[in-house]
Amino acid sequence: MKAFFTRVFELLAGDAQADRAVPPTGYTARLTLLTSGAMAFLAVFALALSLATGRLADRWASELAQTSTLRISAPQGQMDAQTLAVLEVLRTTPGVADARALDEDEQRALLAPWFGPDLPVETLPIPQLIEVIADGDGYDTAGLRARLAAEVPGAVLDDHTRWREPLVEAASRLRLLGFVSIVLIAGATGAMITLAANAALAANAQLIRVMRLVGARDIYIARAFVRRFTLRALLGAAIGTLIGTLAVLLLPSADAAGGFLTGLGFQGWHWLWPLTIPILAALVAFVATRQAALRTLQEQS
Amino acid sequence: MIELDNVAYSYGGAELFSALNLQLVPGSFHFLTGPSGAGKTTLLKLCYGELIATCGQVRLFGQDARNLDRDGVAETRRRVGVMHQDCQFLDHLSVAENIALPLTVSGQTTHASDLTDLLGWVGLTRQVEQLPPQLSGGERQRAALARAVIMSPEVILADEPTGNVDWEMSQRLLTLLVELNKMGKTVLIATHDISLIRAAKAQVSARVLRLQDRRLQLAGADL
Repeated sequence: MKAFFTRVFELLAGDAQADRAVPPTGYTARLTLLTSGAMAFLAVFALALSLATGRLADRWASELAQTSTLRISAPQGQMDAQTLAVLEVLRTTPGVADARALDEDEQRALLAPWFGPDLPVETLPIPQLIEVIADGDGYDTAGLRARLAAEVPGAVLDDHTRWREPLVEAASRLRLLGFVSIVLIAGATGAMITLAANAALAANAQLIRVMRLVGARDIYIARAFVRRFTLRALLGAAIGTLIGTLAVLLLPSADAAGGFLTGLGFQGWHWLWPLTIPILAALVAFVATRQAALRTLQEQS
Repeated sequence: MIELDNVAYSYGGAELFSALNLQLVPGSFHFLTGPSGAGKTTLLKLCYGELIATCGQVRLFGQDARNLDRDGVAETRRRVGVMHQDCQFLDHLSVAENIALPLTVSGQTTHASDLTDLLGWVGLTRQVEQLPPQLSGGERQRAALARAVIMSPEVILADEPTGNVDWEMSQRLLTLLVELNKMGKTVLIATHDISLIRAAKAQVSARVLRLQDRRLQLAGADL
């Protein structure tokens, strides 16, 4: 481990004389900086997407797994009696932590997106909704349904399974897509940096020939290129990450009316995740340039 | 030191030379002459591991060149100083940096006093900060010689070192190479300049080898 850190330090510190021997080429320097910056910017968003969808999937899975809804359809005069009967059934059902009937305001709020805020729910024959919260172990859904069918035939239990699973699966897929995007971004960065390194090596063919003539080892020549490209990728990615993180920071904050998009971003210690992007970019550049340099040197002999 | 045993080299299907034997013993001085295209430069390249013989064996400091890995070739080149006709400098580095390049790439410290002595020996003290394109032909050759000897190599190979310079400068370069030989260095000069060989024979005991018709022969009587 100590040897690894020593090598990393040597790479960062560099060799001034070796750096002088290999002249910087403006075109490849700009290409590496721009590519790593742009890719880091995109990686921040992919990371934010992945983390946000991860949170969403977890929240939906836990919240929806704990709650279910009971719908009572009954003539106006029997609604209160059936509601009380259902609440009594639920009170005596093992695994039900809490159950309560939604009041008119809550029912109005649920219908507001479709009918507007001033809907007179008290005059409409709409079903009574009861929110059921399960305890940690949950309740026996089939058993509850059987009891309700016997005691309150107008009550229908919806445990959210039907639409919870596709939602959680969609969120999980989005999280996976986010991670796949990061991998693709890293691969594309590596490919671009390999192209830039190859261009730099081709432009310096005479230099490489002279250095080999005077006894330079391949690793000495490669190191001069590797260090330069690694530092450029690190710098470009740091700038791209900074801009990307600021952009995420400036996104509208999540609120009650906000949907999925307003929740895109980092929370808590997840803000540290973007710091890994420049390091990853530098690592990708190191590997890509080293491979390209050693391969080119082998081919040139 | 450097031995070629029954060596042949082919390029593009055509045999450049064959059945070639050569032994460079420590402290010897050789000229390699022959018509253009005879393979003088190729022969020098075999002597510092730039090329691998098609047949036969090339031994560099006791090791078969064919068995040297890339690091091994690099190590060998630190023991052989090479002067090219076109010098092969890095044009963005100063003369001093170019001369010190073998030390730089081998991770050795360049001592300013040693470099100054070397620059004084080849007469380039005033050109130390100049870039290679600013040098004359003779100055470039002397800088190339300084670079070839800065690692204190055991063998010095010079490929047409006087090809682009006037007679006076040829004599000066020859004097420097003879001085190196008197210090115990093995010298092999590839040249088609017969007058240079004649001038050298007055100063040093040199063997003259002629590469002609794909064979290496000992010359001398006709020079």
